[in-house]
Amino acid sequence: MSKLPFRMTRRTFLQATAAGTALAAAGLAAGPRPAHAANVIKFGLIHPVTGFLQFSGTQCRYGALTAIEEINAAGGIKALDGATLEPVLGDAQSKAEVGAAEIEKFNEAGVAAIVGAYSSGISLATTQAAAKYGIPHVVDVGVNDKIVSRGLANTFRFGPGFGVITEAGVNGLIEINAAAGKPARTVVIVHENTTPFGSFMAELMKKGLEPAGFEVLDILPHPTPNKDFQNIALKIKEMNPDLIIPSHYYNENVLFLRTLQRQRIEPKAIYSVLGGASSQYRFVDEFPDAAQYVMDCNHWFDPRNPKAAALRAKTEAAGKSFSYEVFLAYTAVQFAADAMERAGSADRAAITEAMASSTWAGHFMPYGPTEMINGQNQGARPLITQVQGSAIEVVAPADYATAPAIFPRPA
Amino acid sequence: MELLGIEIPVFSWQTVLGSAVSGVFLGAIYALVALGLTLIYGVLHIINFAHGSLLMLAMYMVYFLWQHLGMDPYLAMLVVAPGGFVFGYLLQRGVIGRISHGKDEIILLATLGISIVIENAALFLFSADEKSVQVPYDLDGIDLGVTYVVYPQIAALGGCLMITAALWLFMARTDTGRAIRAVAKERQGARLVGINVEHIFAISFGIGTACVAAAASLLAPTYAVHPQFGYLFVLIAFTVVVLGGMGSFTGALLGGLIIGVTEQLGRLYLGESLGLITISAIFILILLFRPTGLFGQRLSQ
Repeated sequence: MSKLPFRMTRRTFLQATAAGTALAAAGLAAGPRPAHAANVIKFGLIHPVTGFLQFSGTQCRYGALTAIEEINAAGGIKALDGATLEPVLGDAQSKAEVGAAEIEKFNEAGVAAIVGAYSSGISLATTQAAAKYGIPHVVDVGVNDKIVSRGLANTFRFGPGFGVITEAGVNGLIEINAAAGKPARTVVIVHENTTPFGSFMAELMKKGLEPAGFEVLDILPHPTPNKDFQNIALKIKEMNPDLIIPSHYYNENVLFLRTLQRQRIEPKAIYSVLGGASSQYRFVDEFPDAAQYVMDCNHWFDPRNPKAAALRAKTEAAGKSFSYEVFLAYTAVQFAADAMERAGSADRAAITEAMASSTWAGHFMPYGPTEMINGQNQGARPLITQVQGSAIEVVAPADYATAPAIFPRPA
Repeated sequence: MELLGIEIPVFSWQTVLGSAVSGVFLGAIYALVALGLTLIYGVLHIINFAHGSLLMLAMYMVYFLWQHLGMDPYLAMLVVAPGGFVFGYLLQRGVIGRISHGKDEIILLATLGISIVIENAALFLFSADEKSVQVPYDLDGIDLGVTYVVYPQIAALGGCLMITAALWLFMARTDTGRAIRAVAKERQGARLVGINVEHIFAISFGIGTACVAAAASLLAPTYAVHPQFGYLFVLIAFTVVVLGGMGSFTGALLGGLIIGVTEQLGRLYLGESLGLITISAIFILILLFRPTGLFGQRLSQ
C-alpha cells in the first residue's frame, strides 16, 4: 500500500470539509450568472440539427447565426458598450428531453437569452427548462399555442401560433373561394400526427369550414416520417374532393404532392396550412410541376420590405434555401437583441422585462410593432402564398398581396 | 363495419386492388433492401447495423453522379454497384474482420459504430438537406385502371426480380457461391478444404453492399436522400429477412412482397399510423410459428 503524501488528522479533515462546504455553498448561492466578461454576451441557440428534424433545425441555426453575425458586425449591443453576442450552440437531436438537457448546459455556460427550438414538442420542453433559471427564451417556430399559455414569464413567441394560423387559413380560403364564385365545396384534410399541430389544425379547419358551406369528406392523418402516400392518394381518388388541404413537414409534403401528381389526381386546388414544402423555393426549383398553383397559409415575410430581399439574396448566396425557418429564427434573434438594447443590461430578468414590454418594429415580418401579451406577439400572422411559375406570390391578405390568386387552378 | 372496437371503413374494390398493387411495388423496394441484408445476416450470421447507412451512402453517390455528371440513376448502377462491392469488401477485410476477431457481439458493435460514423460523416459533408434526383420519366407510366404505376416503380420491381435471380444463380452455379454456402454451413470444414474464409467473408459483405448500392439506384428517382434515409427501410428489411428465412433470396423477395401488400392493406383499413402494426404482427407470428421463416428450413439443415 502506498503512503499518503501528507498525514490526515481528524482536525485537518474537519477543517478541509468545512472550508469545502463553505466554498460550495457560496458558489451555489451565487449560481450561474450570465457571462458577459470581456464585453461578450453568451446567447443560447437550441435546434434539432440531427435526427428527423435535422433539415429544419439546420436552417433555423443558419438564420439565427446570420442574425448574430450581422448584429456583431453592426457594432454589437450599443447600450452595453458594443458587447458582442457569442452563440452557444445546442443540438436537441429531434428529441424534447435532449433539448431540455441542453438548457441545463446553457445555464451552466451563463447564457443571457435563448432562441429555439423549431418544433413545438421540443420548444415546450426547452422553455420550461429555461423557466427554472429565469432565462428569457424566444420560440422561433414552434406553433403550439400551449407554449405561451402556461404562464411562463420567460417565454416569448415572435411569430404566430397555430390557432391564429388556422383561423387565417380558414378565413383566407373562404374569401378566395367566394371571390371565385364558390367553385369548391368538398374538402379532404391530410395531416401529420406525430406532433400535436396536425391534429389540432385539422379539427380547427373542420370547425371553421363547415359553417361556411364546405363539406369535409375525410381527415386522413399519417405519421412522420412516412415513406408512402399511395393509400392516401387512392382514398382521395375515390372521394374526388374539390380541395385538398395538406399539412406536414417538408419531406412528406414533397412526397405527398408528387404522389398526387403520379396518380393524376387534380383537384380544383391544393391549399396547405403550414404545408412544409408548399411555400419553399427549393421545392419550386426542384419540382416545379408538382408545386404549380399550390397555395399555402404559412409564415411569410413582408414581400415589399427590402431587408427581407437582402436576407434572401445572402441566404441563397450561401447555398441555402430561404425557408421560413431561416427568417423566423433570424427575426427571433433580432427581437432578443433589441430587448438587450432596451434593457441596457445582459441580466436575464431585465431582458425578460424588456421583451414583455417591447414595441420593436424594425423587422421585415408582416406583424407591425411588437406587442407581447402573455409572451405572444399579438400582431403575428401568416400570409397566404401561391406558386405561380417559378415565383411564390403572396395572394392574401390584400394589403400584402403581390398577385391575385389563381383559383381554381387551370386544368 | 366494426372489428375489436375499431371502425373498419368500406372501400370500393378498385381502391382495395389499387392498394394491394401499390403494396407489391412497395414490397419490391423492401425486398431490394433486404436482399443484401439476407446475404450478410443470413449466410454469414452478421447482424449488419450499417446496412441502412450503406444504402444512404449509395443514394448520395447516385445523386452526385446525376448532379455532377448528369448520369441517369439507373446507369449509375454500373458505377455504384461495383463501387459498393469494393467498399464492402474493404470494410469487412480492413475494419469489421480486423476488430471483431470472429466474435459475433463485437461484429454487431462494429457495424453499429460504422453506421454512426457514416451517418455523421454524411451530415457533416453533405449537410442535412434532402437531395432529390429528377428524371424526365418521373411521371410517365402505365394506367392499370385501379392505380397508375410509373416507370420508376416498374423498374424497382423488375430490378428486384433480376437481382434476386442473379444472386440465386451466382450462389448455385459459381465456385465462389458454393464457397460462400460452405462457409455459411461449416466454417471450420470450409477452412480445412482450403477455402480462404476471411476472403469469402469479405466477398459476401461486398456482394451485400453491392446489392444495397443497386437498390439505391432503383430508389433514387422516387425518394429524396438525407443522412437519416436508411432508417426508413432497414428495420422493415430485417423483418423481411426473418419472414423469408435467413439467407434465402427467394424468401427475401416473397417476404418483401408479403410485407408490402400487408402493410398497404393494413394502412388502408386501419389508418396510416395504426396500419403499421401489421408489420410487427407478422414479425411476432413468424417467430411464434415458423422461426426459420418461409424458406429458412432448407438452409438450416
